[in-house]
Amino acid sequence: MSKLVQGYEVVIGFETHTQLSTQSKIFSRASVAFGAEPNTQACAVDMALPGTLPVMNLGAVERAIEFGLAVNAHIAERSIFARKNYFYPDLPKGYQISQFEIPVVQGGEVSFFMEEGNETVRKTVRLERAHLEEDAGKSLHEDFIGQSGIDLNRAGTPLLEIVTQPDMRSSDEAVAYAKELHKIVTWVGICDGNMQEGSFRCDANVSVRKPGQPLGTRREIKNLNSFKFMQQAIDYEVRWQIEQIEDGHAIQQATVLFDPDTGETRAMRTKEDAADYRYFPDPDLPPLVIGRDWVERVRSEMAELPRVMAERFVHDYALPEYDATQLTQSKAVAAYFEATAKACGQPKLASNWIMGEVSRRLNASELGIEQTPVSAARLAALISRISDSTISNNAAKEVFDALWNTLGDLISDTDEGARSVVDSLIDAKGLQQMNDTSVLEKIIDEVLAANPKNVEEFKAGNAKALNGLVGPIMKASKGKANPAQVNALLMKKLG
Amino acid sequence: MSDLHTLSVKALAESLRSKQVSAVEVAMRFLARTGGNPHNAFLDIDSEVTLAQARACDAKLAAGTAGPLEGVPVAHKDVFVTRDFATTAGSKILQGYRSPFDATVVQRLAQAGMVTLGKLNCDEFAMGSANENSAYGAVTNPWDTARVPGGSSGGSAAAVAARLTPAATGTDTGGSIRQPASFCGITGIKPTYGRASRYGMIAFASSLDQAGPMARSAEDCALLLSAMCGPDLDRDSTSLDMPGEDFSAGLNNSIEGLRIGLPKEFFGEGLHADVRTALDAALREYEKLGAKLVPISLPRTELSIPVYYIIAPAEASSNLSRFDGVKFGHRAKDYVDLVDMYKKTRAEGFGNEVKRRIMTGAYVLSHGYYDAYYLQAQKIRRMIADDFQNAFKACDVIAGPVAPSVAWKLGENAGDPVADYLADIFTLPASLAGLPGMSLPAGFGAHHMPVGMQLIGNYFKEAQLLNVAHSLQQATDFHLQKPAGAQA
Repeated sequence: MSKLVQGYEVVIGFETHTQLSTQSKIFSRASVAFGAEPNTQACAVDMALPGTLPVMNLGAVERAIEFGLAVNAHIAERSIFARKNYFYPDLPKGYQISQFEIPVVQGGEVSFFMEEGNETVRKTVRLERAHLEEDAGKSLHEDFIGQSGIDLNRAGTPLLEIVTQPDMRSSDEAVAYAKELHKIVTWVGICDGNMQEGSFRCDANVSVRKPGQPLGTRREIKNLNSFKFMQQAIDYEVRWQIEQIEDGHAIQQATVLFDPDTGETRAMRTKEDAADYRYFPDPDLPPLVIGRDWVERVRSEMAELPRVMAERFVHDYALPEYDATQLTQSKAVAAYFEATAKACGQPKLASNWIMGEVSRRLNASELGIEQTPVSAARLAALISRISDSTISNNAAKEVFDALWNTLGDLISDTDEGARSVVDSLIDAKGLQQMNDTSVLEKIIDEVLAANPKNVEEFKAGNAKALNGLVGPIMKASKGKANPAQVNALLMKKLG
Repeated sequence: MSDLHTLSVKALAESLRSKQVSAVEVAMRFLARTGGNPHNAFLDIDSEVTLAQARACDAKLAAGTAGPLEGVPVAHKDVFVTRDFATTAGSKILQGYRSPFDATVVQRLAQAGMVTLGKLNCDEFAMGSANENSAYGAVTNPWDTARVPGGSSGGSAAAVAARLTPAATGTDTGGSIRQPASFCGITGIKPTYGRASRYGMIAFASSLDQAGPMARSAEDCALLLSAMCGPDLDRDSTSLDMPGEDFSAGLNNSIEGLRIGLPKEFFGEGLHADVRTALDAALREYEKLGAKLVPISLPRTELSIPVYYIIAPAEASSNLSRFDGVKFGHRAKDYVDLVDMYKKTRAEGFGNEVKRRIMTGAYVLSHGYYDAYYLQAQKIRRMIADDFQNAFKACDVIAGPVAPSVAWKLGENAGDPVADYLADIFTLPASLAGLPGMSLPAGFGAHHMPVGMQLIGNYFKEAQLLNVAHSLQQATDFHLQKPAGAQA
């Protein structure tokens, strides 16, 4: 049962334009590097000079195959490029080469976890398709008084447009989907994921309906280029649509833009202005034929996918599914986890530390895992000292803080070097737990002798009286007593 | 040598190689003949450029590094983009346009050693059957200047017939090499779709456009075609991955036992009697050479007209969208906003026939009409191709008329574009099937105007077509006849 907003169910579908990480354009050999001087990265083909023709960049096709495999989709053995005809100054040919009736990637799904109340719930968004197409150039409206400038550097940049079914039921779900998709495309390496530079642009189709009713009329929010705006835009749009319906107005199909300054969406064009794109198969490009051997070669050369890796973590390290998913948010986190787990032999502890302390500190300092000052070897050495009872969990946090502020280097980050760094910090701070039974027993005997009243109450059946004994014992040991050991000895002596 | 301009490509190449004449001398002779632009055949001439190329050829001839056609002049239809000459495609919208690169076909002929004399007039964007749709004026037929040279490669055909150039390039979308070759009494061949690169050929209908040579004989066409064809996979996705071929090698093969298919649909009512008579005589020559005439049928011949006039305009409407005044070519002077600029630029820049086809094309691709027109046309196109494969079970090559009549008078079909469309009926089927086809002189019809015979071969059978054509040209002298103006 999905969450309702004022009695309405929210329905969201996504179209995401991911810029593929090729060196050159989808149908020409011009570079796609970002930020060059206007029109310096547009060749004759990109400028649509008379006589030029498109030639497919196989690197773009390969990336589409990788994506299809990553989301368990069908890779079409034969897909068709079509022309989408419309006039615009930054569209040099007067048509965009895209895929229309038969896209290269068909179906597939994206799964992710979400917190709902106290539960962690797995959500799956079905993909309809992903198709290859070329980007348009850019119209520059500033700096040209009364006129517009055209920069064709972006024209012909390869895009994979990823289209979902209308499967999302809240802005939270939509953002979680977008983050998961972002993770997949950057993980597989087909897109650099840079949202500021427009490498990952989302359009959200939003509609609302009363539960059980057919789908409402949708409005498409264009070009959402941050997760924060995505959430704000969808939330605003949902409130706006409900308000319209409650006021008795029907929703008109429209394309809208989100204005981050006002936090509102506003209509760019309605369905009445929709162009007839006169799609037809591009006669300059034969059908794109992808043999099974090509797909299998790509599959064999692909890095382990996040969902496969998560399954392996569950299987090999006996991690809960939630932990495994969290640890496979990026290749770097996963690699850090595996290195830590292998070096200390305590995968669950490693997972707890990474999802807990490490991630808290990284977030607080706005760092990525690649920039963590605590190497996997050092974290592993620290975890080993917890698991062999040298230090308590609380003491370990103190050591971790110290490690955070100690620069690592190649030698001290070997397994052995890391152990010696961690051990010397424990020594310097005197944080070793008191594991020597005879010393501890002596302290316990003294405390018991000094607190006969608590002993009596405990023996009379008041379990709480034990706390009155543990406190002074820990204090007498200057916090170094192993609480578990203290408990065990107390029970023995009092039992 | 006083008869330089009447020499064949082959003879010129031999004279140049044997140093009987220099490339500069040859170039100067032809440049002199183009003075005053006879028949309005040329759109751009630059003697400096031509002579510089000729001098480079002479250096190569002297150094022994000459290509097979070193120093032989050629002129290019104005739909091939060229660095050294303006390229307009016969349209006002590209007036003065200069391409930063050469078309692959231009490049290949230059690599073979050919010297470019200039650019040749044609119907605007290759749309037309009479060369009356050029923004730069009609071309006249050297056999009768009151008559059209055919189109759209009318400038090419007229220039070759009038001995202004020994050879020219043309393009054929629905018959634009074969029909003007027929009207002007020369030889032209359109190879299998994909054999010659389309890179640098301004697109009219991408799935049909094909480049080919136009010269006076099959022998000369073979020389040019060998240089023009070959894979260009990095620049044209429709280019075939087939090695180049020496189309001259089999020219003299015997045609004894060759089965020549005569489609009954090509010899029906619409065919004018004078053309029929000339063709019958030429076919009898083939029988004398040992070929057998076989009746065949291409049942969907008539459908090729509506199918072609849906598919070609549909592709054209999209291909011509880039001519919008934004990046190159003509832009209207006064406009109030972007849409106004588009409208005025295109209204001023395109001629009537181009506008007519853009509108037809946009219509058949529109939402709600696409299935009924474009998709249906594509299905019938496939069936037309299948009809040919059936026919080729019973014959080796197909022969028939190129056009129902000899060249008509200038202005005769003005205001009646459909009359021009109907005259394409015999050339369209091979275009839609992507088959190689050629036209060779087969005699004379009414008003002593040339009649061409069309030969259609199966895919990649260009060498066979040229062999069959060459055999007739060894037995007859139709291809050696000169129009009056070409004598001197």
